[in-house]
Amino acid sequence: MATFEQNPEASDAQRARLAWQCRRGMKELDLLLQSFLDALFDGLSQNERRAFDLLLRYPDPVLLEYLMGRMVPVDREMADVVLKIRRNG
Amino acid sequence: MSHANYGIAKHRFDTLVIGAGGGGLRAALQLAQAEATVAVVSKVFPTRSHTVAAQGGMNAALANVSPDNWHWHMYDTVKGSDYLGDQDAIEYMCRAASRLVIELEHMGVPFSRLDNGKIYQRPFGGQSQNFGGAQAARTCAAADRTGHAILHSLYQQNIRAKTHFFDEFFAVDLLLDDEGYVLGALVLEIETGEPLIIEAKTTLLATGGVGQLFRTNTNAAINTGDGMGMALRAGIPVQDMEFFQFHPTGIAGKGMLMSEGARGEGGYLINKDGERFMERYAPQAKDLASRDVVSRAIATEVREGRGCGEKGDYVLLKLDHLDPEVIMKRLPGIRDMAMTFAHVDPIDKPIPVFPTAHYTMGGIPTDRFGQVVVPVNQGAAEPVPGLYAVGECACVSVHGANRLGGNSLLDIVVFGRAAGNKITEYLGESRYHRPMGRQYVDKALGHLARWDKRGKGESVGALRDALQRTMEHYCGVFRIENVLAEGLAKVLEIEKRLEDVRLQDHSKIFNTARIEALELENLVSLAVATVTSALARQESRGAHTRIDYPDRDDERWLKHTLFYREGRRLDYKPVTTKPLTVDSFPPKPRVY
Repeated sequence: MATFEQNPEASDAQRARLAWQCRRGMKELDLLLQSFLDALFDGLSQNERRAFDLLLRYPDPVLLEYLMGRMVPVDREMADVVLKIRRNG
Repeated sequence: MSHANYGIAKHRFDTLVIGAGGGGLRAALQLAQAEATVAVVSKVFPTRSHTVAAQGGMNAALANVSPDNWHWHMYDTVKGSDYLGDQDAIEYMCRAASRLVIELEHMGVPFSRLDNGKIYQRPFGGQSQNFGGAQAARTCAAADRTGHAILHSLYQQNIRAKTHFFDEFFAVDLLLDDEGYVLGALVLEIETGEPLIIEAKTTLLATGGVGQLFRTNTNAAINTGDGMGMALRAGIPVQDMEFFQFHPTGIAGKGMLMSEGARGEGGYLINKDGERFMERYAPQAKDLASRDVVSRAIATEVREGRGCGEKGDYVLLKLDHLDPEVIMKRLPGIRDMAMTFAHVDPIDKPIPVFPTAHYTMGGIPTDRFGQVVVPVNQGAAEPVPGLYAVGECACVSVHGANRLGGNSLLDIVVFGRAAGNKITEYLGESRYHRPMGRQYVDKALGHLARWDKRGKGESVGALRDALQRTMEHYCGVFRIENVLAEGLAKVLEIEKRLEDVRLQDHSKIFNTARIEALELENLVSLAVATVTSALARQESRGAHTRIDYPDRDDERWLKHTLFYREGRRLDYKPVTTKPLTVDSFPPKPRVY
């Protein structure tokens, strides 16, 4: 499990790692996740970053259901991140 | 692990599999079960391979819903391929299909069922009974997640069989010795940026297609043709690259598929003047004409200045005249996609669409055992020792000039297994690894070091964007001599500009920019292959439509194209028209 440091260097490494995790098996996910990362990641709180990291561990078909709004994650923080991704899409 | 060679870590296996989609994993499983030591290298986590996106299903003549047999399936596949498919391989695939569907079920794939408990099968385009008769229902599906279900089951079976996974490792180059044996590959650990040698008696390429060649495509970003690019750099040709399957209606500029269902429910296409233009191109079938006809019509409207939007680069798919109930009930997935990616609710407004690149029929030439085969001295094709390829990166060829829906999942399972068996045979005869000379590794390291150059230069993203636009404009669904020739010049210019590309980020940890640069090299070499092959083929066959040569020309062109990187040389080899046990299907006009 990755740690979520406040210092900028650790943040860069975390962002780089998550950027690669945004590479998925479906085009729809690539577009939504990568544009979210580019546009909004720097402004996320530590908790939101953690929720995003956890979200990326879900299988692609589940992610697609979340991001198309057909399912909602039980975790509140994660559900908020999903909403941000959808709004940014 | 040893560090004997030049400070680079080295691992040894019997077999190296590059790519963890369905083809790679099916082969790896066959090998691991035969007690070979197997490494699977994948640039993303295995279950994020593009196989996960295959929704449709897998063809097999189980005859659970309609009368069926493998010979009818074979006929449909040969006809669908516009007679460019090799009939020995097609017979092999269709005969194996039923048994392999049942085998997958035993591995844990939850196929949808009929009330009588048998596997459900749905009808798909191009499926017939009795050699071109009534519609057949041949496609087995696990709801709309067939690819995902197959990929997960195969991954779990591989874990059980102790396949060794290198997740998030990028394969840079094949390692070949002076006699042409493939000795493994140089790979890069994406997390650390460190190179690694994986030495293997046999190497299987299973890296998928190259949809990222085109600006508008349905493919995941990972589909950059890495295995085909590696093969080209190793002096191996790619086959039939001019055959690329397009879907007529992808969301403009984005590529996501708006399936035929939308037009089937009464949707139709309009240009900037609001004209229902398909009436001009296909007076009878109109918007339900075959995919290639609709694709070309859209491209023509845009090319002739009747496209919509500021740049005039798309047409509109109109659904807003339909009852909202119909859209919400029968097309909910399409509505979700349109609202998310085109920011348009099709109940109120039409959706911007353009043809979208979907599937690579061409690839690395193989025989039906998955062995990579190359003609030697104008003679018959011979295997490249130690090298195999399966799936979308390979060209067996079972899809010929055009792939049928439901045949790609079948392809990867059938030939993944066949390659696993062939490799097992080879391993039985090859007890030792061949010596790995330093010079073989140096060449690949030199390639990698190229991206350490610093200074000012073009960016990877800008050049990739230019390449994708060029391919779409000059080598998309609308092909004609002078446009292709212009396209070739542009692609060669891009190849030259590639030398001036520099990375601004030289960090080691998860340096996505470096991986994207390596992917761009693969894309550029495949773009050159595709345009060169398309310019040379003066006929229209399957997915390759030449406006200036509108007919199929079996006398001159019933043959496979081979493109070699060196000197951009083209060669041709005959289509195998003789099946294994049945009579051959001679070319006939392809009418549906």
